[in-house]
Amino acid sequence: MCLGIPARIIAITHPDRLMAMAEVSGVRREVNVACVAGNDLDSLVGQWVLIHVGFAMSLIDEDEAAATMEALRDLGEAQEALDQMRAAEEAML
Amino acid sequence: MALRDKLVTMAHGSGGKAMRDLIEDVFTSVFQPPGSEDQARLMSESLQKPGARLAFTTDSFVVTPLEFPGGNIGKIAVCGTVNDLAVGGARPLWLSAAFIIEEGCEIALLRRIVASMADEAAKAGVQIVTGDTKVVERGKGDGVFIITSGIGVIPAGRDIGATRIKAGDVVIVNGVLGDHGATILAARGDLALSVDLISDCAGLGHLMDAALTVAPGITAARDCTRGGLASALNEMATEAGLAVELDEAHLPLRPEVAGVCEILGLDPLYLANEGRLVLFCPPDQADSALAAMRACPEGAGAVVIGRALAGQPGRVTMRTRFGGARIVDMLVGEQLPRIC
Amino acid sequence: MKYASEFRDPVAARALLTAIAIKADRIGATRAKPTHIMEICGGHTHSIFRYGLDKLIHEGVEFIHGPGCPVCVLPMARVDECVEIAEQPGVIFTTFGDAMRVPGHGKSLMQAKAAGADIRMVYSPLDALELARRNPGREVVFFGLGFETTTPSTALTIQQAAREGLGNFSIFCNHITVPEPIKALLDDPDMTLDGFIGPGHVSMVIGIHPYDFIAQDYGKPIVVAGFEPTDLLQSVLMVLTQIAEGRATVENQYARVVPEHGNPVSMAAMADVYERRPSFEWRGLGEIDASGLKIRAKYRAFDAEDKFGIGYAAASRNVPEIPGCACGAVMTGKIKPTACPQFGRGCTPDMPLGALMVSSEGACAAYWKYAGARAAAE
Repeated sequence: MCLGIPARIIAITHPDRLMAMAEVSGVRREVNVACVAGNDLDSLVGQWVLIHVGFAMSLIDEDEAAATMEALRDLGEAQEALDQMRAAEEAML
Repeated sequence: MALRDKLVTMAHGSGGKAMRDLIEDVFTSVFQPPGSEDQARLMSESLQKPGARLAFTTDSFVVTPLEFPGGNIGKIAVCGTVNDLAVGGARPLWLSAAFIIEEGCEIALLRRIVASMADEAAKAGVQIVTGDTKVVERGKGDGVFIITSGIGVIPAGRDIGATRIKAGDVVIVNGVLGDHGATILAARGDLALSVDLISDCAGLGHLMDAALTVAPGITAARDCTRGGLASALNEMATEAGLAVELDEAHLPLRPEVAGVCEILGLDPLYLANEGRLVLFCPPDQADSALAAMRACPEGAGAVVIGRALAGQPGRVTMRTRFGGARIVDMLVGEQLPRIC
Repeated sequence: MKYASEFRDPVAARALLTAIAIKADRIGATRAKPTHIMEICGGHTHSIFRYGLDKLIHEGVEFIHGPGCPVCVLPMARVDECVEIAEQPGVIFTTFGDAMRVPGHGKSLMQAKAAGADIRMVYSPLDALELARRNPGREVVFFGLGFETTTPSTALTIQQAAREGLGNFSIFCNHITVPEPIKALLDDPDMTLDGFIGPGHVSMVIGIHPYDFIAQDYGKPIVVAGFEPTDLLQSVLMVLTQIAEGRATVENQYARVVPEHGNPVSMAAMADVYERRPSFEWRGLGEIDASGLKIRAKYRAFDAEDKFGIGYAAASRNVPEIPGCACGAVMTGKIKPTACPQFGRGCTPDMPLGALMVSSEGACAAYWKYAGARAAAE
């Protein structure tokens, strides 16, 4: 379950209630940032978070995202080698 | 004489002077129907040509909110009826408009709705020739309901319909999908989403006529209103006894609409449109049809999104960007926002 | 869309599919003797069908669709209780859209709404709270359902309601937890699973270690995964790699969102507001010990069970579900949806019998929508 999507915090709207405006592809929705606020609410602005049912549930780790993308890129570049490997293994079967 | 009331009351539905004032001041002074009898008496030269046929359609309109970015219920009513005629190959000529008005409705709102209707009718080249109003007690309506009927003329030699679709025909839409549905979802406010979108609501009579003129081989067209593109294609595929395959990579979608769908877990293929049609065209005429459509403001984003195939009758599938395929079925009920 | 479209890259997907095929061949997975990987989460099931991954992947890898759809596992008696609450005079009953069509013994919420109950769909429990602020004369009840991903949102909402001293807001709590049913599945002697795709958004709250027992006690690999297609494929590859290397550990494919130890604020809010029930009924799986949550006594004022006198007594609840409905066997991976005698016959999305056909992420509805009408016809 649990539809969650990445959104960027663009403003703090109600600091007392830990509410901020999040934006996804030009769609804005006020979300609660209690789970990701830490001590410095203002530093959230510009950060990417994962939102679920109106709550920012997790800060997105840019380095980890980059690492995953890097792995995907490497794999894509290795496609030819993989194909050869696959063909060789199939020939052996 | 000018109506001084600010709100519609039961008196405006009573059959007396208040009603006459409302009709004259708000409706007929704007629509300017030919004559004041209870029936419009109509004549068009296009009807008298041998082989010409009448097209006749009716539709009822309910929408919340009544006004939204890019239109209001009146604009939808005129465009919807014009489009129902146009996708059958007809040139729309005349409309009727009946209004069920809830007690308490603002007269200024009615004026705005009527002004939009007159505006769209003028753009589409149709006349609103007859109408009716009723007033219901507060709580028994939702502001305003509009019922329109339309008459158009199908020129001799034109005969399009889903049963004429052939395997190999390409599937064309006239622009980005789902703007209207996403706009309305946001405009209702209960999901607290804000987005700069406007409804795609538009009359498509000129566009359809332009496409048919240069691509007379067009086999069928539908407007993609409630239930969206997916529902229109499922109906057409079933009637044609053919399969339809869409290419996910070619579906035109605004990022904002995709965003609304991602947040709410909706599928844009099922979002309502009020100014989008899907048509089937032989591949050798597709370029001409596309060029003619793109020359119209309502067709600037026209694009080929798939094809008809001799596969399983009624089956609509979509090739995903990975080369996988998924079935694009009829919607069971209303598409509901989901969290999972 | 940033952090989403990058993970929908067809080139990477093709490479992953090839790599999966190589691994699957290496461990001897074939169509006749497939490797069974359970994606626990219904969101993953949805992605698999939406992107057609089940058709693209090596034939020796079979996805088993797990119990991770809170709507699907909701017992009918709880739906009945929702309707009972919603039909009380003065109540505004709020729910996520997902629950609207789930059949009870009598009405679904959709049918109760048509019959006059004031039932409103909301996107967030915060929207229900706002309704309560705006309607001080009405009792606003929110239907709290979902796993650990969603539980913090209702916990934080209750805490906020308490801070504001709102007297007209309550939650009908049906929150459930993921690890307990997985343990129940693993204890089933008929279980044939070889590995798991773990629900990433649950782990973003609770971290990855609550799944340690899957690897340590049962020797099965589990990879906590994101929801985009390359996330899923990469996770399958990671599971197969563990199998090939004879390892069983908990790995995290979704580290961009899932911290190893979860989110401390969410967990604290859950612990403050909720406690475990001794057991809770799961549709198709029966009563599972300690798998459901209840609002603690200190927040009793916001507990709809308390306000409306609806208790949860396990003993009275083993009411038989619908005869012939095989949701339980489907959910535990024993049979495919198409093997259920009711699939496509007595049970279709228009007239669902079992909840798996109702929720868009239920395995049966997903089968039907994306692949299965054909399967039913065959």
